[in-house]
Amino acid sequence: MNRAIWLLCAGFLALGLWRVDASPQRLWDGLAKLGWLISLMWPPSFGGVLPQLLAALAETVAMAFLGTLIASVLAIPLAACGARNVARFWPLRFAARRFSDSLRGIDTLIWALVFVSAVGMGPFAGILAIAVPDIGVLARTASESLEAADRRPREAIVAAGAGPVLALRWGLMPQVLPEYLAQVLYLFESNTRSATILGVVGAGGIGLALTDRMRINHWDEVAGIVLLILVVVAAIDTLSRRIRMRLIRA
Amino acid sequence: MMTPALAAATARVAAHRGAAFRQRTASLIGFTALVLLAAWIGEVDLAKLARGIPMIGDYLWRTVPSLRADHLADDFHDWFWGLREWVILLGDTLLIAYVGTVFGAAFALLLSFPAATTLASARIVWPVRRMLEAARTVPTLVFALLFVFAFGLGPLAGVLAIALHTGGALGKLFAEIHENADPRQIEAIRAAGGTWAESCRFGVLPQSLPGMLSLGLLRFEINVREASVLGLVGAGGIGEELYLAVRQFEYTDISAILLLIMATIVALDSLSGFLRRRVIGVL
Repeated sequence: MNRAIWLLCAGFLALGLWRVDASPQRLWDGLAKLGWLISLMWPPSFGGVLPQLLAALAETVAMAFLGTLIASVLAIPLAACGARNVARFWPLRFAARRFSDSLRGIDTLIWALVFVSAVGMGPFAGILAIAVPDIGVLARTASESLEAADRRPREAIVAAGAGPVLALRWGLMPQVLPEYLAQVLYLFESNTRSATILGVVGAGGIGLALTDRMRINHWDEVAGIVLLILVVVAAIDTLSRRIRMRLIRA
Repeated sequence: MMTPALAAATARVAAHRGAAFRQRTASLIGFTALVLLAAWIGEVDLAKLARGIPMIGDYLWRTVPSLRADHLADDFHDWFWGLREWVILLGDTLLIAYVGTVFGAAFALLLSFPAATTLASARIVWPVRRMLEAARTVPTLVFALLFVFAFGLGPLAGVLAIALHTGGALGKLFAEIHENADPRQIEAIRAAGGTWAESCRFGVLPQSLPGMLSLGLLRFEINVREASVLGLVGAGGIGEELYLAVRQFEYTDISAILLLIMATIVALDSLSGFLRRRVIGVL
């Protein structure tokens, strides 16, 4: 049994290597060319347009921020519809869950491609592209934590005469909110990373500058931009980790 | 009748409430300012938003194919006209993700032992960890762009990009699993005369393996999503066909390909969830 699984895995690996045409000759030639490209990257430079690059980075972070914010608001009703202890009507629950699954299943970059062709190039398409799949992600995690919440506070509020909306607001929300906010912050971190590449399809941010420099073979500037991205991502990570720690402890 | 002590306590409560209120107002104002700043930098224009929403609706409406009840089979055939080619490309996408995950995990496995603080000295751990960090912070797509230049168009660039990013991501997680392994088994092997490599192989690896497999499967799910977009930069898979459909405004093709990708990912996620729960026994 175990041997069969290993053979199957090895077989898929061989099939994959054949399909991607990974001959040693090709790998060797590519590595030589890669070495040459990396030698062109030294020393990294900003091409004398550091202010423009910083503005593009600010745009990237702003896209991630607004996209996450929009998703965090829109995910709440969807999460409520998908939670067993909130939505008693099972077809509604089923529809809400499958809907959030399908939003989540498609990568941010594909959404960006679609939104660029629907609303035109620019950061607006990027914001939408970040928000849409995150609605799915947040709705799923939030409905799971709603289901795991203690039901007694809610029963107390219902017993005191509250309707379903008030029971959700005061009986369940206070229990899941800190965790939800931590999850939102975590997504903000990961969205800052995704937002850096949305420019590749024209959806705003630093990615456009990056692909431009690659197309005109200015590899030293490519290295400079990648370094800028690394610094910004690290800064956002540290900031958000601090806030998350405080949220979870509170 | 209010005693002085009660009056003082009431005053303290009022002061505390006032401070809490002021703090809440201040953070609300700060947050609003941040949103406005982001909206300004992100060129969010409410008029454009208002114009954009019907445009999105219109765009999505166009991707809905015309299906008539009496010609359902023919209409489906027209909608999924490229099914054979798309399924092959989806298979390629899965293979890119699979090969990338396997090589990335192998790379991560090699580097995870020198990256574990319990197994290597601080002088070795530091540079290895920085290397892994660099590999996982650069997005897969940036590696793919670079590799398309070096290795030429095609799935090989995609596999290498996924392998490199996966190596960085899994290397750190594997190292953390190794750090949690029971040190007594490592000591036993060292005491019996085993080398450092043997203590890693026979002392650490058997303890870490279930967790590593589970993380590897999880990473495979993520990598399938990533592989589905590699085609956008010419690195193989279904993304290429999707990119063409979007660029040429073949609306019904877009919805057909997106549905195929969604179905694949949903099926794969449940399969991998099943494997993680049943076969490996850990979540």
